[in-house]
This record gives sequence, C-alpha cells and structure tokens, in this order.
Amino acid sequence: MNIILILIPVTLLLVGCAAWAFFWAVGSGQFDELDTPAWEILHDDGESGTRESKP
Amino acid sequence: MLEATAQCFHCGEPFAGRAVLRVRIQGADVAVCCAGCRAAAQLIAELGLEDFYTFRTAPSSRPQALTDEWLAYDTPAVAASLTRIETGGRSIVLLIDGLTCAACSWLLTRVLQKIPGVERASVNSATGRAQILWNEDQVALSQLLRTIAKLGYRANPVTAETTQAQAQNERHAIMKRLAAAGLGMMQVMMFAVAMYAGDLQGMDLDIRMYLRLVSLLVCTPVMLYAGWPFLSGAAKALRMHSITMDVPVSLGLLLAYGASVFNTWRHAGDVYFDSVTMFIFFLTVARYVEMVARHKSASVTDSLSRLLPVTAHRVERSESGDTLTDVTVSQLKTGDILMVRAGEIVPADGEILDTRTRIDESMLTGESLPVTRGPGERLAAGTINVDAPLQLRVTAVGASTILASIVALLNRAQSERPRITRAADRTASRFLAKVLIGAAVVCAAWILIDPSRAFGATLAVLVVACPCALSLATLVAVASANAALARRGVLVTHADAIEGLGKVSRVVFDKTGTLTTGAIRIYRCEVLGPETKEQCLAIAGALEAASEHPIARSFASLGITGERATAVHIVPGEGVEGSVRGTRYRIGTARFVAQAGDARDACPPRLEHDAAVMLGDACGVLAAFHLGDEPRPESRRAVADLAAQGLAVEILSGDTLASVARVAQHCGIARFAARQSPQDKLERVRDLTAGGDFVAMVGDGINDAPVLGGSGVSIAMSRGSALALASADLILVGDSLQALPQAFELARRAQRIIRQNLVWAAGYNLSAMPLAALGWVPPWLAAIGMSLSSIAVVLNSMRLLRDGASATNPEPVRPALHPKYSG
Repeated sequence: MNIILILIPVTLLLVGCAAWAFFWAVGSGQFDELDTPAWEILHDDGESGTRESKP
Repeated sequence: MLEATAQCFHCGEPFAGRAVLRVRIQGADVAVCCAGCRAAAQLIAELGLEDFYTFRTAPSSRPQALTDEWLAYDTPAVAASLTRIETGGRSIVLLIDGLTCAACSWLLTRVLQKIPGVERASVNSATGRAQILWNEDQVALSQLLRTIAKLGYRANPVTAETTQAQAQNERHAIMKRLAAAGLGMMQVMMFAVAMYAGDLQGMDLDIRMYLRLVSLLVCTPVMLYAGWPFLSGAAKALRMHSITMDVPVSLGLLLAYGASVFNTWRHAGDVYFDSVTMFIFFLTVARYVEMVARHKSASVTDSLSRLLPVTAHRVERSESGDTLTDVTVSQLKTGDILMVRAGEIVPADGEILDTRTRIDESMLTGESLPVTRGPGERLAAGTINVDAPLQLRVTAVGASTILASIVALLNRAQSERPRITRAADRTASRFLAKVLIGAAVVCAAWILIDPSRAFGATLAVLVVACPCALSLATLVAVASANAALARRGVLVTHADAIEGLGKVSRVVFDKTGTLTTGAIRIYRCEVLGPETKEQCLAIAGALEAASEHPIARSFASLGITGERATAVHIVPGEGVEGSVRGTRYRIGTARFVAQAGDARDACPPRLEHDAAVMLGDACGVLAAFHLGDEPRPESRRAVADLAAQGLAVEILSGDTLASVARVAQHCGIARFAARQSPQDKLERVRDLTAGGDFVAMVGDGINDAPVLGGSGVSIAMSRGSALALASADLILVGDSLQALPQAFELARRAQRIIRQNLVWAAGYNLSAMPLAALGWVPPWLAAIGMSLSSIAVVLNSMRLLRDGASATNPEPVRPALHPKYSG
C-alpha cells in the first residue's frame, strides 16, 4: 500500500497543473469566444496575426 | 447549392416581384435581390472569401443603401472622442449589428484585415464587438465603416465599455471557481471512496490518517477560494441583519469543515471533506447558470446609444453665411441648429425650422407609414427623416428627450416586476431561519440526551435541510426547457420566463412586425377614374420608380414595368409629379393630387382616414391605392393554435383602426384596439392583470418596450428594436410565430415537471429531516441521499429535452448549412 504515498502526491501535482492550465486559459480569453475560432481553422489562408485579442 | 432560387442568394429574402440581379460566385451565376446585396456579394467574391456562403448557418442581413454619414467620423473632434491612440496606429471598438452566425465574424475579420493600413482586426461574435487597429495615414476610419456597411453589417462606435469588462471579469472569476471546486471535488471523492471502503474492509490507521490529511490539503483551497463568495455573502447578510441562502450554507460549510479539521487533528471521529467540496461545487454550478442567464439579458441594454447617431451636422450661422460642422451628439446643446439630411436619424428632440417633410416615427408610435411634419412641429430623437433635408432647433438632448423618457418608463415597469421574486426571497429566508432554529433545537436536545451524538445529528439536519435538490428542481427543469425552446427558435433571456409562460391565460399582440411582416404592401387598388386598374398601377409604378420612399418601394415590389416617367419632380412630404406618355400625373397625398386639377371634389367622401395614396391627372383623381402591413403567412394558424390551447388573443396597436381591423379579421382575432400609445397599452395590460389574467405580450418596437416590461411575460421578434429585445423575456429567433403555440405548450409541460420535482425534493427533505434529527442518519448518508435525490430530479427534467427532440415540428432547414458541421 506504500505506493499510494507516492502516487497521491503525483496526482495532486497533476491536478495542480490542470488547474493552473485552466486558469491560464480563462485569463487569456480562451473561453471568451467559442464559435469563431472553430471557423478560423477551417479557412486558414496562411495569414498570421489573426489571434483573438481581449476586448 | 448555388443555383438560383426564389430567394436572394445573399440575404435570403424572397424576391416578391423585385427585379433580380445576377452576380458570379464560385463560377456560377446566382440571383440577388438588390444592388446592396450585389455589392456585398461582389466584395466577398473579389476578396476570395466565397467560403463564407458555404459555411454560414444563417442568411445575412440586407445591406442598406449607402449614405455618406460615415464621412463625419473623419473630423478630428469626432475621431478624438471615439478612438484611442495606440502603438501602431489608432484603435476603435465597434458594436456590430447583424452578426447572424460565427461565419459572419470570420468574414468581417478577413475583409477588414485585407484593407491596406489595417494592422489588426478581431470580431467577437459572442459579444458582437469588433476591435480594429489601423494606420491613420493609409486608411480613413470612414472607409472602414463604409466597408462594414457594404457587407450589410452596421457598426456603432462604443465609448463606455465598463459594464462589458465587469461582466467578463465576473465570468472569468466564476469559471475559475467552478474549475477549482470541480477538480477538488473529484480528488476528495476518490479519497472518500477509499475511506468508506476502509470502513467496511478495514484499513490501517496510518493510511487512514494519510488520506484524511490529503483530503484536508485539497479541501482547504476549495473552501477558501471557491467557497469564498458564500462565506463573504453570509457575513455581509449578517452585518445587514438579514438571512439569505448564504447563511445556512456557510454555517453548514464552516461546521462540517471545522469538525473535519478538528477530527483530523485529534485522530478520531468522522471527516466530511467530501460533503464540503461537493456542496461547494453544486452551489457554484447554480451560481454559474444564474450568471449566464443574467448576462444574456443584459447584453442588449446599451441599446439607447445604438438608436441615436453618433454625429450630427451643426449649422454655424455667421455673416458670411451658414456653414456645417460635424459634432458628436454628446456635444449638442439646447438651441443649436442642426441639419438633418434625408434618410438620417434625428439626433435630438427639436423643432422643424424650414420645410415640410415626412418622418418615420415607427420606432416611437408603431405607425407603419411615415407622417408629414412641417415648420414649428416637434420631432423626437430616434425618428428618421424620410424625404427632404431639414433644419432643426434642438429643444432637448440626452436624458430629457422623449426617447429617454420611454426608457425611463420601461425601467419603472421593469422594477415593478421583481416583487414576486422578493416575496419568494422573504419566504425562503423565513424557511431558512426555521432550519437554523430547528438545527439549534436538535443540537440542544442531543446535548441533553447524548452529547457525543449531538454534532453528527446537527450536521445531518443542516445537510438534509439544504434545499439542494429543491433548488435544482426548478433550475434544471428550466434549463432543459430553455434548451428545448432554443431548438424551436425561441430564446429565453429571463430566468422566470418559463414559469410565466406556463401561467399565461391571454396573449396580446402588437400588430406591426408581429402579426404582420412590417413591410408596406398595396392591398387594394380602388379605381376612381376612366383608366383601368392595370394602367393606374403602371403609371404609379413609373412615377414612384424615381423615389426612394418606403411607399415607392412597395410599388416597385409589384414588379410592374413597361411605362417610363419623364420630367419627374419630387415634392417632399407630398408626392411625385411626372409625365407618362405625354400626360402630367401626380401621385401622393389627396391634397397634393387635388391641386393638380381644378380643385374639384378630388377626395372621395367614402375614404376614411386610412393610409391611401392617390393618383391623379389634371382632370381629377384616377385611383386610390390602399397601403398596409402584410400579415405573416403563419399568423392565422398560430393564432388558431393559441385559441385551441384555451388562450384569449387580442391586438393592441398604435396603427390606424382600419389597418388593425383588417389584420384582426385576417387572423381571426375578435378583440382589438387601435391608436394606442405606449401608456395606453401599459394601462390596458395592467387592467387585464388586475382582472386576474396573466398576460403574454408579443411586440417588436420601441413603443412596445414599456408594455413588454410591464406584462407578465414578454415576447419580442428577433428583428425588433434593440430596446424591445432588451425588455423581453423571450425572443422569437426564427422570426416565425408558429413557434409561439409550441413554446406555451412546452412551458406548461415544464411546469408539470417542476411540480413533480418539487414534490419529490420536498418529500425527501421533509421525510429525511425527522430521521436526521433523531440521529439515525449519519452525515455521509445524508450527503448520498441528497445526491440521489438531485439525480432523480435531473433525470426527470431531462425528459423535456427528449420530448423536444421528437417534436412533431422538425427543426427549420437552415440555408447553406454544410452537413459536416451541422452536428
């Protein structure tokens, strides 16, 4: 059973990473617009600089 | 997919006899309905963005005739107040009207980026906002705005962005809390399952201690971060000497958390970390759902600024003559003289100084035809000058305009409604107070009987009494009903709309734009002279072809050609004069036509005060054309369906008696009232409400906004004015009345399911409470019972969705929807 002494901290670390990633995503506006970016990728005509910026 | 059909390729409107234009898209000729649509389609094709037509999920809005109102935006004073200087150029935030689907914002972004000089452009279809950064030396702001208009969208500069930013911050914060609570809950649940298994199978004490410590480690940030709004809310409520839902919630959380920490520290007793995190997660989900609904309804409230133009032409009087200066509307003062050109929106309340013209007041009065106004008469801000350029002396600006007073009326009507909600809050608060007292009594009793069981029993009472399933009972059923309604083309913007919809006993329609399409049509041609009906229509069509007036367009829509008018002279506010085959004709108001002849009895007595246009020559009147709104094709059936459901139907309209009666007869509605002001309508609805009716109001104009706010439940058409949309509980997105009877039926079914849910949840809570008080329910069992009860409620509510999928009416076919992306 001693394996859980290591595995649980590892899971907590992963959860921490997941939480940090989600917080970053929210903060950088990834969830502000859920419709248009899906279209963007279908019509990529090679232009750069089309990233959504925060209003 | 690209063949010619009976509808315009670009805007999807039926041709209805209009001349068909052709444009080449992706190697095929397609038909469009007007020059505006052709220009938009050509622009899209030139830039190589035809994919837009393949991927859009809704038809585009029709581009309006281009005016040069945009030039005003290039004046330095106007530019300074609307734009910001940033590194790389100037930036502006625009609110875009007419974004019908995600492909629209893609198209707009691409088109803007292809303009030389535009550094960066992004369009957010969720908020309807576009942000553009451009180089002033290479391209003028007016050109950007003109391009947007050419595509059929309308751009309004936004100056105050504070509410939008606040909403976004709130959304970000609650999403983070939701994620923290959700992730934490999953972890703690895993440890809890291990510990429950350990209770049954046996577990080493040090492993158990380890799991408890880890649970504490995960639960603490969840409690302090995700649970903080509840704790601070409860503290605030207590400071105000009131009890809100937050108080027992926080008390339960603090007790369970405190006891768990204490028991972890003393290595004995039970821990409730799983209950704490689960509780916080469910509560946060409820808050999130509520916030989404609130934001959706608030997103259209800055509509007042959108109705008025941003700039005005001020006349500066000096010795050398009059000069025009473009200023922003916020700079206007009472007494200023303004120039309002034909087709422009009147920017402030004022008095006409110089000329007679026709004014479109439909936003204010619901009158479908423009009315004639002359020198000395008052104009309201927001109305549209149809015919002739006029000079106006400003009498009221900003908050003192008629438009602003209608908004104030609307606000008052809206503020009266939450009374029902406040009553519910008071009841809840009394219930919660009883729960707290009950828990205290249980605690005291157990301390006397058996102090060791006092804590467990008290906590069980608090958890059992937590109206979690009870609050979910309504919430989930309403959310499912909203989703089912959205599938049928009805968008719900207020949380209590479903409840109201299920109670409705009477449906009141505003005529213009709801039962009718809002477009003017000639419904009768009365021949009064020697010419035949066909000849009259041909002459009238030829004369009106020269005019851009809405009435003229209704002649054009008949599609009669063959005659040509020469020497055409347009008299603003009166009519058109011209020669057809060598004879001088006049078309317009009865008086105007009568002046052409020898002042004979030009106006036949049997004509009542109806919207009629006369055609005449020098010898007298030839014909009278009766104009009116065209009823929607589905109106009659929708009204019949409503009546079949036992609902009373009536019309309250600002329009003339004759046209209202005609529509009422067409739709089979017995009760109607014409010439109603917004105040009249509000009073009528109040009378009905006082008489015991629960009224649903269907409207679309600004004039309907107060009565929409004041009725039991309000429904707006999606093409209605922004103010009407802002004050409506439901919006008919599909622009079809047929969705209405279905919505009522679905709402009643949702009511039944809510009632079942409430009985179930309350039954669970009430039956479990005595058991908990007697100490027979350990807190973990209370938490499991609560979850099971919640799941039962959720599953029951989902039935609404399933029934919605198998509804008899299939989902309306969307034009040009790519099958691959329809899922």
